[in-house]
Amino acid sequence: MEENFKVIDNYLMVKMPEEIDHHQSAAISERADMFIIHKKVNNVVFDFEKTVFMDSSGIGIIMGRYKKVRCFGGKVFAVHVNGAIRRVIYLSGLHKVMDILE
Amino acid sequence: MDREMKNEITLEFDAVSVNEGFARVAVAAFITSVNPTIEEISDVKTALSEAVTNAIIHGYEEKEGKVRVVCLLEGDRLTVEVKDKGKGIENVERAMEPLYTTKPELERSGMGFAFMEAFMDELEVESAVGEGTTVRMRKKLGTESYLGDEE
Repeated sequence: MEENFKVIDNYLMVKMPEEIDHHQSAAISERADMFIIHKKVNNVVFDFEKTVFMDSSGIGIIMGRYKKVRCFGGKVFAVHVNGAIRRVIYLSGLHKVMDILE
Repeated sequence: MDREMKNEITLEFDAVSVNEGFARVAVAAFITSVNPTIEEISDVKTALSEAVTNAIIHGYEEKEGKVRVVCLLEGDRLTVEVKDKGKGIENVERAMEPLYTTKPELERSGMGFAFMEAFMDELEVESAVGEGTTVRMRKKLGTESYLGDEE
């Protein structure tokens, strides 16, 4: 799991797994928070390159991290967003608080 | 395949999160016989994942229990039923409101029922406090190939 988290400057890069559901979501959130708190990063980039499935648990992960970094002026980003993931993000309205980079 | 052919499967599994992935794959495999589009498969998997997760987190509150999934194909019409014998929902109408969640501490987004509604054609929820919850979802599959036939 550790290799899926990397700090670059003021950004935490999170490589999301192939399937994002309730089974894994708490572990991803906890790990990300450790980096946000201890490495003092302001921004989080979620990388969906490997991801083929995400349900509303993924929305919870992103929303939760957004709430954490927002108070320090931080932002959340998504990269490598494919069709299925994009639909879930738009349906939940997350695209309004998160920058989706092509 | 005969459009009106009937085919039904029942899965019953322990209410543990590792089985969410199993249920998705099993149901996705079951519906391939009617040639759904990739988007439809993804829709069904997402809706099912929401319903099964709800049964585990809310129905059984992550304690012991069994989740039963019944899938029925009547021609290209799919019905998926997700049943638990957990605590039940006091106010179904409120539970179905987008962003409403009783478990914000678990970072539940409150989008579960909204996703089921958006990704399937129909959604029915029956629940009784102390007895459990049944979620019934319907969706017509293979819409694209069907439209192709018409042309």
